[in-house]
Amino acid sequence: MNKQVLKRLLSYTKPYLGFLALSLFCALVSVALSLLVPVLIGNAVDLIIGPGQVDFEGLPSILWWLTGCIAGSSVFQWLMSYCTNVIAYRTVKDLRIQLFNKLSVVPLKFIDQTAHGNIINRIVNDIDQVSDGLLQGFTQLFTGVVTILGTLLFMLFADPLITLVVVVLTPLSLFVASFIAKNSYKHFRNQTVTQGELTGYIEEMIGNQKLVKGFGYEERAEEKFHAINEKLYGQGQKAQFYSSLSNPCTRFVNAVVYAAVGIIGAVSAIYGRLTVGQISMFLSYANQYTKPFNEITGIVTQLQSAFASAQRVFAVLDEEPEVPDDPKALQKTSCEGRVELSEVSFSYNPDQPLIENLNLLVHPGNRIAIVGPTGCGKTTLINLLMRFYDVRKGAIFVDGTDIRNITRDSLRGSYGMVLQESWLFSGTVRDNIAYGKPNATDEEVQAAARAAHAHGFIRRLPNGYHTIIAEDGGNLSQGQRQLLCIARVMLVDPPMLILDEATSNIDTRTELYVQEAFQKMMEGRTSFIVAHRLSTIKNADVILVMDKGHIVEQGKHEELLQKRGFYYRLYNSQFAASEDAQA
Amino acid sequence: MWKLKRYLGRYKKQVILGPLFKFTEAVLELFVPLVMAEVIDVGVANQDLPYVLKMGGLLLLLGAVGLGCALICQYSASIASQGIGTILRNDVYHKINSFSHREIDRFGTHSLVTRLTNDINQLQVAVAMLIRLVVRAPFLAIGAVVMAFTIDLKLSLILLATLPLIILVLWLIMGKSVPFFKVMQKKLDRISLITRENLEGARVIRAFAKQENEKARFSEASDDLADTAVGVGKLSALLNPLTYTIMNLGIVAVLWAGGGQVNAGELSQGEIIAFVNYMTQILLALVVVANLVVTFTKASASAARVNEVLETAPSVVSKNKTVTVEKTDAPQISFQNVEFCYEGAEAPSLQGVTVDIKRGETVGIIGGTGSGKSTLVHLIPRFYDITEGKLLIDGVDVKEYPLSQLRKKVGLVPQKAAVVSGTIAENLRWGKENASDEELIKALRTAQALEFVMALPDGLETHIEQGGKNISGGQKQRLTIARALVGKPEVLILDDSSSALDFATDAALRRALRRDTEGMTVLIVSQRAGSIRHADKIIVLDDGEVAGIGKHDDLFENCAVYREICLSQLSAEEAKGRGVS
Repeated sequence: MNKQVLKRLLSYTKPYLGFLALSLFCALVSVALSLLVPVLIGNAVDLIIGPGQVDFEGLPSILWWLTGCIAGSSVFQWLMSYCTNVIAYRTVKDLRIQLFNKLSVVPLKFIDQTAHGNIINRIVNDIDQVSDGLLQGFTQLFTGVVTILGTLLFMLFADPLITLVVVVLTPLSLFVASFIAKNSYKHFRNQTVTQGELTGYIEEMIGNQKLVKGFGYEERAEEKFHAINEKLYGQGQKAQFYSSLSNPCTRFVNAVVYAAVGIIGAVSAIYGRLTVGQISMFLSYANQYTKPFNEITGIVTQLQSAFASAQRVFAVLDEEPEVPDDPKALQKTSCEGRVELSEVSFSYNPDQPLIENLNLLVHPGNRIAIVGPTGCGKTTLINLLMRFYDVRKGAIFVDGTDIRNITRDSLRGSYGMVLQESWLFSGTVRDNIAYGKPNATDEEVQAAARAAHAHGFIRRLPNGYHTIIAEDGGNLSQGQRQLLCIARVMLVDPPMLILDEATSNIDTRTELYVQEAFQKMMEGRTSFIVAHRLSTIKNADVILVMDKGHIVEQGKHEELLQKRGFYYRLYNSQFAASEDAQA
Repeated sequence: MWKLKRYLGRYKKQVILGPLFKFTEAVLELFVPLVMAEVIDVGVANQDLPYVLKMGGLLLLLGAVGLGCALICQYSASIASQGIGTILRNDVYHKINSFSHREIDRFGTHSLVTRLTNDINQLQVAVAMLIRLVVRAPFLAIGAVVMAFTIDLKLSLILLATLPLIILVLWLIMGKSVPFFKVMQKKLDRISLITRENLEGARVIRAFAKQENEKARFSEASDDLADTAVGVGKLSALLNPLTYTIMNLGIVAVLWAGGGQVNAGELSQGEIIAFVNYMTQILLALVVVANLVVTFTKASASAARVNEVLETAPSVVSKNKTVTVEKTDAPQISFQNVEFCYEGAEAPSLQGVTVDIKRGETVGIIGGTGSGKSTLVHLIPRFYDITEGKLLIDGVDVKEYPLSQLRKKVGLVPQKAAVVSGTIAENLRWGKENASDEELIKALRTAQALEFVMALPDGLETHIEQGGKNISGGQKQRLTIARALVGKPEVLILDDSSSALDFATDAALRRALRRDTEGMTVLIVSQRAGSIRHADKIIVLDDGEVAGIGKHDDLFENCAVYREICLSQLSAEEAKGRGVS
């Protein structure tokens, strides 16, 4: 399992294989040179024995070698870090872009059904995790192992007995480290859970602070806050304490190793088996030796979470993409506006049928209004017309061609769409309006904004058309955002229109003006309008009354009222209270 | 940052004991190279085995006592840091709760949440570091320097030359690279922003066939991040090799110069080894000090942000003395030439509003977006203080009421239907903590919510997820109406709160409200003329000013703004008459 993940990950480093090889080579050289340093220092110390016993002839050459090793080790260490960085950040970038690009080919179903936070998390955090854990961890692991092996080798070469002592004692450090890690992990997990609970509570309460004030809920909210906070204190204190044990404990193990090496070294020296310089070398090694062990334990946990992250990333990459456009598919350049639905059935979920056997013929230039209670399938119909979802049965034809034989982009380009949720991106007002026509002139943009009755408020914004729209849209009201979306469509001037609750956030007077602009625009164009304000659709050519996925009534406003059916009841319910009041 | 130091005072014992023990540990640690030098110079030189063993025992003892000291310090640090974090969180949350809407608007909820979570966590880390490392690292560095000096003054000159170099390198590299981490975070935020936009706007992007465009935008942002990261990486990767080189070149110099001194009999071999040892210790300690500086820079930014919250005084202050309202014939709510201006706004949002609302009246408030409808009703429970004029409830100025008494009189149904996680019953009891189940059911019935609540498997005890994700928008809105009714307020304010209801439910709701709220003053803010046309009184707002007050027929004849609103929604016939029959 992990092998496959690793293999796949490594395949991303392919373009940077040169860097990878260079990085490993540098690691090897740098470690080897840095391990030579204590040996050379020891050799130098051995030449400085006492008064009159200093070898001034041998010393300079050793010191030159020492300088060389130090400089060489540093240069290679830097090169290694540089290469690792390049590999890590470039592969991460490639992976990230690939993941993002995947999002534009997955069916909308995937985007609708997956929590967005979840996907963002994969693109942002999981990929970072992969870079930290796998790529940088990989080189760290490599350096660590080389250091340990190299040290062992050097020590064995100098004195097997002391090496044995060090080898016996170091597992102690590993044992202590893993004991602490296990214990603190447990407490950390508790702490993370409670921290999450507290953050959730804070977000909820402060997010609704105005409500809290309105209901005088402050004290009760504080009580609960205190309780969670108190729990967090207990768990946080334990987690902190246990995790902070690792430094003193490893220091202690180090001290033990240091003492053992020093004493055994000294005893050996007394018996003439070791020089003082070699003791100094061993002491340096003893100081260095436990460090890579501790690092490796850390890296192993990091590697595990990196693998988990990589798997989550690959899961998205492995999502089934949309069926690609047929290469022979029609590239629509002009559009007459004739739309036909023939025996269309569709449901999001196979066990819950939604639209069944729907038939509809729309003539060019017709204005179709779709009304009905929530959940009746209005928005679904639009999903099908735009081919955001494919029909399960039957077919939809535009100008006589099955829409599955038209390229998606050109089909969607035939419609101008305004949705209830006004989507803008974080850019200037102008860029947002010109989204569908980036080469539009300033005059065209302004004309579209005027038609949408957005010109007035845009001019009052601090930088007019060049105002940057804030991330959360904080500087614009819902209604203003919607007007910008309308301007965006007006600029493109599409052959057909889809308005899904397009004016729901706009106050009624402005709506009236915008409606007029739409009327003008819709003249001679096929258009589909979804609305729950019935007054806005009265002059549609055909009103489709939908209920539970079926068209229950169909006709003009007056005809439907005369029928005294579903539409009649729906329409009159808006005056129900008034009748009651006057009765 | 020092403004928050009073919080350290609450953990005086830990804050003093912790560093003290850490200090002891560091002192002990400093002795280790000295002991080792003795072992070599005395033990090995004299071939004195018992002395070597004795010193070995001393080394182990130093290690063990050091460990004990360190544990006491870590324990103190964990108690003090978490404790201070907990107290700070409580204090900051309490402070936020005392804020009026004005302060909440100024900070923004997102920023308040970050201050209460991330910033305080950052401070917690800083307190732990303060106790654990602030004494240890600089002391080790300075101590090692002092010890080196006691060994030999001449060799120490070499140390004096290398130290400033190392500090300079640390200063330059960290000073240059640390700010870049903020830049990188911003660039990463941009990546997540583009991703979020693409997920939310998937339909629009596909409708305009802009996928390639978005891909290019994302790839640009990714390239940008990668370039910065590689650039910073290049720089910060210099840190270790450079300091390592400088320190070790210093050691080379020590060996060379030391050789001469040993030859002259001024120094011993063991002392050279000890000196080299101290130099390594200094390097390690300095790196820790540099990291501490970074931690504290971050923490002081957090401290400033937390402190800003703590030092902000709420603009709406509650009176303590309960007001006794005598039964008078004063109007329930009386606006007298009220003006209100949001903080920082150039023009007032409301101006010259004068209107009396009688007990038990149903009042409709209508007007375009931004005309000041919501603002007007937010003044009644004193979410904001008016800037000019007078606002009286039951003949008493709102500023004379304790906030809790005032807000108990008012039941508010906000525009954005918000419920919190917990059971339905818990949500409903917001307005009245000890309301009985019967009271809840009665409120649900009026709010047209009883049917769907009872159809849920757990009824009143059904758990609602955060943000009410498991119920529909219309259901949420009806629950918020029921919640306001549970407290049996004297004044019920419906702030455009039936927008998510279909016509039939909306109509049924209005009928039920009329029936069940006998004697209650009801204020309905709406954009739908149909919802308010039968109110006892309609207030028409236009651009922050009252354009007309009266009944529907009267206003339809005489108020141009009102007529325009009505005609945009209803046909002339419907507006005048009683709809189609």
